[in-house]
Amino acid sequence: MNDNKTTNISHIIQVKDLTKQFGSFTAVDHITFDVKRGEIFGFLGANGAGKTTAMRMLCGLSFPTSGSGTVAGFDIMRQGEKIKSHIGYMSQRFALYDDLTVMENMQLFGGIYRVGKKEIDRRATEMLQKLKFASERNTLVGSLPLGWKQKLAFAVATLHRPEIVFLDEPTGGVDPITRRQFWEMIYQASSENTTIFVTTHYMDEAEYCHRVSMMVDGQIKALGTPTELKQQYNASSMDEVFRTLARGAKRGD
Amino acid sequence: MLKVLIKKEILQFRRNSFLPKLVVVFPIMIMLVLPWVTTMDVRHVNVSVVDSDHSQISNRIIDKINASEYLTLHSVTSTFDLSMSELDKGNVDVILEIPQDYEKTMLTGHPKRLSISANSVNSNKGSIGAQYLAQTISHTLAEQRSMTSPEKRGDFFTIQNRYNPTLEYRNFMIPALLIILMIIITGFLPALNLVSEKEAGTIEQINVTPVSRFSFTLAKLIVYWAAGLVVITIALLVAWIVYGLSAVGSLAVIYAGAFLFIITISGFGIIASNISSTMQQAIFFMFFFVMVFMLMSGLLTPIESMPEWAQYITYALPPRYFVSIMRSVFLKGATFYDMRYNFLALTIFTIVMNIGAAITYKKRS
Repeated sequence: MNDNKTTNISHIIQVKDLTKQFGSFTAVDHITFDVKRGEIFGFLGANGAGKTTAMRMLCGLSFPTSGSGTVAGFDIMRQGEKIKSHIGYMSQRFALYDDLTVMENMQLFGGIYRVGKKEIDRRATEMLQKLKFASERNTLVGSLPLGWKQKLAFAVATLHRPEIVFLDEPTGGVDPITRRQFWEMIYQASSENTTIFVTTHYMDEAEYCHRVSMMVDGQIKALGTPTELKQQYNASSMDEVFRTLARGAKRGD
Repeated sequence: MLKVLIKKEILQFRRNSFLPKLVVVFPIMIMLVLPWVTTMDVRHVNVSVVDSDHSQISNRIIDKINASEYLTLHSVTSTFDLSMSELDKGNVDVILEIPQDYEKTMLTGHPKRLSISANSVNSNKGSIGAQYLAQTISHTLAEQRSMTSPEKRGDFFTIQNRYNPTLEYRNFMIPALLIILMIIITGFLPALNLVSEKEAGTIEQINVTPVSRFSFTLAKLIVYWAAGLVVITIALLVAWIVYGLSAVGSLAVIYAGAFLFIITISGFGIIASNISSTMQQAIFFMFFFVMVFMLMSGLLTPIESMPEWAQYITYALPPRYFVSIMRSVFLKGATFYDMRYNFLALTIFTIVMNIGAAITYKKRS
């Protein structure tokens, strides 16, 4: 699978001047950043700042209007389909099959990434035990509560052991206990050398990230470790950093 | 990978509370009910005879009308106005006027003319009723002639309806109903299925994986192709068991045509869902074309009687070719060789539609 890899291996995402325009509207405006292998990278910004659009370009779901970059060593512009074998993606909106059971969803997505049948079974059982819903393996996904669905979506997105997993607001609408479990799962994956690229609106979660970027009106206004950013903006919490930066925003609410 | 996807489609299909039943019940219901109601056979045409001749021949004609299973003798009157007033009231469909001295002039060789007036408010009943009446009269006159002068026998033409000897409308309708079933089950259902994945957002989870759009679509279609073949089999069985109607030609040719048609129409359904983002759009788009398919492919009315410009349009409609294969093989016993141009056209449409389906599917926006 290592054909046409073009970049050095320590940066799993490298992006330069990535831009997406919808007509005259510039959703993502010349963003430049990179993400190190194994890092938990927080991608923050107000609603409508362009986070999801940027993430969709990185996942090969959306064509950039201009700019360049690589994900897992593959070119964003030309090798979108190759990127897809190396990433996991959990969308903002729950997107597993409601009319399939927990195990059937895992078998489907595991099978799509060509994980062997026995291996899927082994990993799924292990994950479900960790998530404490081994008893629900044959429950239709549609009948699970939201928090469980989100955890399951994460499990499915990481089942094939991708190099990077993209999480788009994974903890939206989820209770504090489940959120905590979620971050435990994220740390667990990170310790197994999976890179995490996560968007969130919860600033306490931002503190958990190794590095964060702040997006305002389609541009990255700040980037660094939470400690660096707090120093830079003379703030006591990430919440304050966010509010300082988002104050000037023209888009969103 | 395809195997995993097909398994998913089968599971979803089976788990749907509605679809598996639809595939079995739908063809049975349609085949049991519709052939009876979509009939254009005209029976019980009410005839009023204005008999101004009162001769042997006029009596004979009246008797014949009385005996006909299609015609009902409503009344024999003495003036046209009397009969006409009955027609105005809607009690009479056709009036036959036998002029005075008809028999006498007939014997001289220069007979006066009989006249038939039909109420064509229901144009079908009026015109077919008038035709039946004319046929009945010409039969009667032929018999009369052969009795008086045997050497003149054979003067009159005979009409023979080949391949559908009883002119049962049902025989004409059953192949058409089969085609409508195919369009609905294998055209509409895959289109709705794919759009529902768009609406639920599940397609995005698939698009972010390395699954090719080809395998994803093919996995869906295989299930509906199978469903289509089940539907046509059930429908053929009902036609045979209930109506005693079985294909005159080879079943293999019918299935070959049906399979090509299923692939074409499902490809069309996929195009419809690829260019729509909601269920409503897809349904509306499909409905427009299904209307055109049903009314312009010679399914219900013959293509030959359409205006010339419309006839050219029908060449662009894939059902046209399948309709012609179905009818010819089913009723006439046409062979694959007879139908080769229709098969060729259908094959071209299969390729075009499915290339279209592949092109319009976008994994990336």
